[in-house]
Amino acid sequence: MSWVFANVEQIWELTLTHIGLSIPPIVLGFLLSVPLGWVAHRYAVSRSILLTVSGLLYTIPSLSLFLVLPAILGTTQLDPVNVIVAMTIYAIALMVRSAADGFGSVEPSVRQSATAIGYSEWGRFWAVELPLAGPVLVAGMRVVSASTVSLISVGSLIGVSSLGYLFIDGLNRQFTVEILTGIVATIIIAVIFDLALVGLGRLLMPWTRSSAKAQRRRAAARVEVAA
Amino acid sequence: MSLFADAFAWLFDAANWAGPNGIPIRTLEHLLYTLVTLVAAGVVGVTLGLYIGHTGKLRGAAVIVTGSLRALPTLGLLFLFALWLGIGLTPVIIVLAILAVPPLLAGTYSGIEAIERSTVDAARAMGMTEWQILAKVEIPLAMPLIVSGLRSAALQVIATATIAAYLPLGGLGRFVFDNLSLRRWDAVIGGAIVVTVLALIVDGLFALLERSVVSRGVRAARSRDGSAAQPARKSVAADAA
Amino acid sequence: MIQFDHVSKTFPDGTRAVDDFSLTIPSRQTTVFVGSSGCGKTTILRMINRMVDPTGGSIHIDDDDIATLNPVTLRRRIGYVMQNSGLLPHRTVIDNVATVPMLTGVKKSAAHAAALDLLDTVGLDRALADRYPAQLSGGQQQRVGVARGLAIDPNILLMDEPFGAVDPIVRRELQQELLRIQSKLAKTIVFVTHDIDEAFLLGDNVVILRPGGHIVQAGSADEIISAPADDFVADFVGANDGKRDLTVRERNGRRVAVDPSGRIAGVLRAEQPSDA
Repeated sequence: MSWVFANVEQIWELTLTHIGLSIPPIVLGFLLSVPLGWVAHRYAVSRSILLTVSGLLYTIPSLSLFLVLPAILGTTQLDPVNVIVAMTIYAIALMVRSAADGFGSVEPSVRQSATAIGYSEWGRFWAVELPLAGPVLVAGMRVVSASTVSLISVGSLIGVSSLGYLFIDGLNRQFTVEILTGIVATIIIAVIFDLALVGLGRLLMPWTRSSAKAQRRRAAARVEVAA
Repeated sequence: MSLFADAFAWLFDAANWAGPNGIPIRTLEHLLYTLVTLVAAGVVGVTLGLYIGHTGKLRGAAVIVTGSLRALPTLGLLFLFALWLGIGLTPVIIVLAILAVPPLLAGTYSGIEAIERSTVDAARAMGMTEWQILAKVEIPLAMPLIVSGLRSAALQVIATATIAAYLPLGGLGRFVFDNLSLRRWDAVIGGAIVVTVLALIVDGLFALLERSVVSRGVRAARSRDGSAAQPARKSVAADAA
Repeated sequence: MIQFDHVSKTFPDGTRAVDDFSLTIPSRQTTVFVGSSGCGKTTILRMINRMVDPTGGSIHIDDDDIATLNPVTLRRRIGYVMQNSGLLPHRTVIDNVATVPMLTGVKKSAAHAAALDLLDTVGLDRALADRYPAQLSGGQQQRVGVARGLAIDPNILLMDEPFGAVDPIVRRELQQELLRIQSKLAKTIVFVTHDIDEAFLLGDNVVILRPGGHIVQAGSADEIISAPADDFVADFVGANDGKRDLTVRERNGRRVAVDPSGRIAGVLRAEQPSDA
């Protein structure tokens, strides 16, 4: 414990770096997968292509992706951009499917009645489909967020600093407390992100609050096996 | 792009295909770790999943455990167990198995949950024992999702086993970590490519297996333009990421 | 004979589905439980094969208290047909029908041969034997369900709204088929429905239930229509709103009976003395 107090500053700094690396992939992943997921949901051909490609991308082991990306992006090996891009790719790979399922979960009768009362396709997307797909999107984002926060630390193996540094340093110094500190800090970040996503969901989708438990259960069931 | 060219040159250099540090031996090591882990995790995950799916008990706990394990940083867990249990194969297999259990567990119990309640009810009403319901109804019908869980678990293990080479251990991660500090990028990227190809092949094989364990009767239900059959298919596919 | 003595069922969540239910169901006849949803009719039915265990009272089949019987063995000698057929989707029609006999150790070839005969009994083409349930229509699936219920040649056949999910035309066909089968096999059938017309058509005995499994009236269709026990029954069977009223009119010098919608239901004849 005394080690933690003595190194509070370094731990805090690594935590901030970790958060800084986690947020861009989560946000970018969401912004890019929603339109992709909608296209996948809307057109059968694009569905099989997009879901196959995202499935394959998700198959690539993280360490491999970190290492191969510089060769493609022209970045240096130690550039944090590699980690951010890699995590964004995973986020999209996970999220496109959730988004497609989310749009698929909108009752066809609701969609048809929206068209019948005069929504354009564009208007219907914003006013009807996106909000109703919301619970599944949130469930998907929770998986994305948890796996991003946990995988970022692998980047330290190739020299991109984060809380993962504590794991490597702890191993080299045979110091369990340091590793445990890193694990706990990572979990705290994951939990805070998770609560933020749930809170955001409730704030933006007040109609899901009453049946929040049932909704959560249903949405969670959809994505549970995903990761 | 010359990095890629170098990596491929390394890949096709016959010298890298021979001996105990050759690609074939390292691949076999990697597959061996994966297999041992999957067997261990399968015994635990599938058994628990069958219990939860059949009885409906502990489901809430399973969801929480599955969810929180996802947030555990793999790397930290791996190193923690290595310090606790000493460097060697045992801590690595334990950690890999811990990571492989959640998808197997979730695949198994959600596979059983996806079965129509009336089907199980009818099986019980006609006089099947609980074991017969499990063996003759629930397991065959849940098989595609169990295999899908196995597939997720296998990919997770292949990826994490690469990292485990840092400890140090054999397997394809060796190419990465032996050459990283030497800045021999051709070997590092070459190794990364081999792992990726291995993951893709394993993924493809499991995809085929997943398809082949769908009973012909269930496939008939899916191909039929039944309104009831359609959503069922979707939700099964949704869980198969 | 199936005998209910002061049977009650309270579910773990506190709902009292059945409250002090007593009834004797005669053998080799069809007894129909009818009532709106939530009246406890399915719960009562499912107590007979111990899919639900009562929390009070006792149930006897002939002289056996079923609480003393092993549920699995008991279920294997009672046929059960349910609403959505409950067929095993991964097994062919023939395997579905032969499932229970094979569970009890009948050889596959013998079980299959018997199952083919049963397809004839329920009016299904033998060519459908190798199909999967999903490849059949709803009506065909229900027929397979009935065949499966009969596969062990049970004395008792429980039917839980078996024709509830098929369209009206097919339902009428299936009802006629069941009457035909019953006239041949004379099983003890316990049938649950919320359709009073179905109850009157199929039931030798009709038991009208109110929530809590309270018997409002039990008897033959004649008895119930001609003397409804109270307003609830009169309303339920449609005696109050005139749905079952026939009026006698003169048409071309003959006396005919006319139903409430003005259609002619039949011609009246004076009963002829038998010696004429």
